[in-house]
Amino acid sequence: MIAEIGHAALWLAAALALLQLGLGITVLRGRDDDGAMALAMRALAVAQGALTLFAFLSLILLFWRTDLSVELVAAHSASAKPWLYKVAGTWGNHEGSMLLWVMVMSLSGAGLGLFARRLDSAVLSAALGTQAAIGLGFFAFLLFASNPFARLNPPAVEGRGLNPVLQDPGLAFHPPTLYFGYVGLSVAFSIAIAGMLTDRVGPALARAMRPWVLASWVLLTAGIVAGSYWAYYELGWGGYWFWDPVENASLMPWLAATALLHSVSVLAARSALKAWTMMLALVAFSMSMVGTFLVRSGIITSVHAFAVDPLRGSFILALLALYVGGAMALFGWKIGGVREGERFDLVSREGALVANNLLLSVILALVFIGTLYPLAAEALDERISVGPPYFNTVVGPLALLLGLLLYVGPLLGWRRHRRGVPRSVALSGVIAAASLVTMLIVTRGEHLFACFGMAVAAGLAVASLSPLFGRRLGRVPMATWGMAVAHFGVAVSLAGMASEAAFTKETLVRAQPGEIVAVGSWQVELHDVMPVAGPNWSAIEAELRVSRGDGVEVLRPQSRAFASPPTVTSEAALSTHADGQLYAVLGDGREGEGWQLRLWWKPFVTLIWWGGLLIALGGLLALVGRTWREGRRARAIREPARW
Amino acid sequence: MVKRFVPLALLLAFVGLVAWKLMAPETDKVTSQLVGRTVPTFALEPAVAGKPGLASADLGKGAPRMVNIFASWCVPCIAEAPLLDALAREGLAIDGIAVRDRPDDVVDFLAEHGDPFGAIGADPESAAMIALGAAGVPESFIVDGSGRIAYHHQGPLTPADLPEIRRQWEAVQ
Repeated sequence: MIAEIGHAALWLAAALALLQLGLGITVLRGRDDDGAMALAMRALAVAQGALTLFAFLSLILLFWRTDLSVELVAAHSASAKPWLYKVAGTWGNHEGSMLLWVMVMSLSGAGLGLFARRLDSAVLSAALGTQAAIGLGFFAFLLFASNPFARLNPPAVEGRGLNPVLQDPGLAFHPPTLYFGYVGLSVAFSIAIAGMLTDRVGPALARAMRPWVLASWVLLTAGIVAGSYWAYYELGWGGYWFWDPVENASLMPWLAATALLHSVSVLAARSALKAWTMMLALVAFSMSMVGTFLVRSGIITSVHAFAVDPLRGSFILALLALYVGGAMALFGWKIGGVREGERFDLVSREGALVANNLLLSVILALVFIGTLYPLAAEALDERISVGPPYFNTVVGPLALLLGLLLYVGPLLGWRRHRRGVPRSVALSGVIAAASLVTMLIVTRGEHLFACFGMAVAAGLAVASLSPLFGRRLGRVPMATWGMAVAHFGVAVSLAGMASEAAFTKETLVRAQPGEIVAVGSWQVELHDVMPVAGPNWSAIEAELRVSRGDGVEVLRPQSRAFASPPTVTSEAALSTHADGQLYAVLGDGREGEGWQLRLWWKPFVTLIWWGGLLIALGGLLALVGRTWREGRRARAIREPARW
Repeated sequence: MVKRFVPLALLLAFVGLVAWKLMAPETDKVTSQLVGRTVPTFALEPAVAGKPGLASADLGKGAPRMVNIFASWCVPCIAEAPLLDALAREGLAIDGIAVRDRPDDVVDFLAEHGDPFGAIGADPESAAMIALGAAGVPESFIVDGSGRIAYHHQGPLTPADLPEIRRQWEAVQ
């Protein structure tokens, strides 16, 4: 019964979306004199959000109960699975994750209907109409090509289980966060479309768009950080980023959203970069759709190994062509009518932000080309795969350049920078140069690129905080704090990456119980190897006694065998310290012949993710600060001061 | 004016590329790396009395030849034997390589399932088979008059494969 009710809720939500679209078109044609239709659209958006949320909760309930008469549950769950993974397993498959996507889409629309008081009713109606139009396509995809509520008759006796790699707390956090970020960008897309349709591209539109961009960007950042750490400890390869197509699929919207975040501020504050900001708003969500397409069609080989389904791929491709094509056509048609924005000097805050946008866009283009190049090469009958050597080489230097830009950009004045170079820039430069020399001496020039990375990071740590220098910290706006924290996060993350690249120590050995292996300054004793069992797995577990002279610690890496589906995963064991992480993986082995052990000592590697979280925190501070400030301003306008 | 539609054009290019890829899904055919190369060097003793053995020097003497790798212990070889006979009757010059086999068994095999072969070389250690890049038995090659491998068929021939074999044979004449 629950499945049928959930299914019905989806159909109902789709019908409401259709109605919302119809009303949107009516309003756009100027047939809404008293604003009743606009109000109705807002109500519809909220109702649609509530219905999809209900459908999603129904599916969670079905997974919670392991209702094996539902095909999706039988194919992706099992009764002997811990409850957390039963719930998280809801979105650990194609249909469920598409339902999550549609739910986030509808909830974003509902949020737009509830909170977007700054937009006038024509723009808001156009935005809600656009949101409904996009939603409809994905409702159709869900209902016709990936119905999560389909029944299985007769019901299965036992489910097939969830892919063991996904049986991890990461699954509970990473996909929903990422999806909220991905799909939240649809609101910026809809607002941009609405602005162009109603010819209202300007600072007010940008201010309405900004909180959505910020919120999506914060979640996207957090989602990527979570995914990166998950891959790092789960896959047992000891790396934090593999330039896999599916990773790139999340990086590309992030790059576009980062550029958008900065250019939308220029538009809001200075009424400049109008066409460019609209383009970025379109590109950001388009990249989300491209990402979904790449992931769901299985068109590019990836370690993420999602099911390959050309039919579903074609469906999403058609949606993508329709929406992005329509948006780009609208852009070409309308953008000529947008007045050129305010002018500015090359050396100014705007100038720096344009440079930031250009660098981010070039990086985005390079990642896009690298991701799709194998496909294009195949069209010319050549098989090729593009990996880290390409991406690191082309993206790395540009990213460092971007880091250097952060030294000066935030310190420049709007429109035209009149004062000289701030003293703090010189200080940052000196620190960067000193770090570079130190690093070159310490590494004997071996990891040149990491040396530069560390140098840029060291200077940036100071430079990022310099907008706060000489100010009364209590009076600094929260958004400025946010910027400083986020930029400081970039420095922290960059330092982590540079340290990981330059100083990681790795040992791969075949060891007998009792043997002692050295990695970096650590002594690792393979004390024992024994079998252990969990709720739905059994494993070979090594007991490692690790020490670097200050007490012994025990690490237990496993080689874990799951029964349903039958799969072996390696569970790395990590020992986290302030100055780095010891990472141990147990490989193949046999009694008497010894066991394969892979050990890494990664100094300061955790800074990579702490930095990422700081970046997200900075965005959150900016979001809260701006929302609070604008709410106060709105109240001040509504209630004139009394005396 | 045109400039404003550049994003649209880029999108269409992207959609075109991936649509092409979606429409033409992966084929499971693997083209042999040996096609286009000269036959590797080998010289095999006769596998049965009364027929010559096979050496790479015998191939590429101006006339194209088909080389079939088979064995008497190989069940799919029995399945393809009638097709090889039919091809031989059509005028294809076929030589055989008997892999890890005994002379008596080969004689019995030929008596029972037909003998389309001009020459049969014995390959007791699978050396020639491996040199030719064959993963097992049966596999078939078409070698042109200059000793270059023109076609490589993996697995047993089926009636559906015959048109392609004939086409390849015509092509090397």
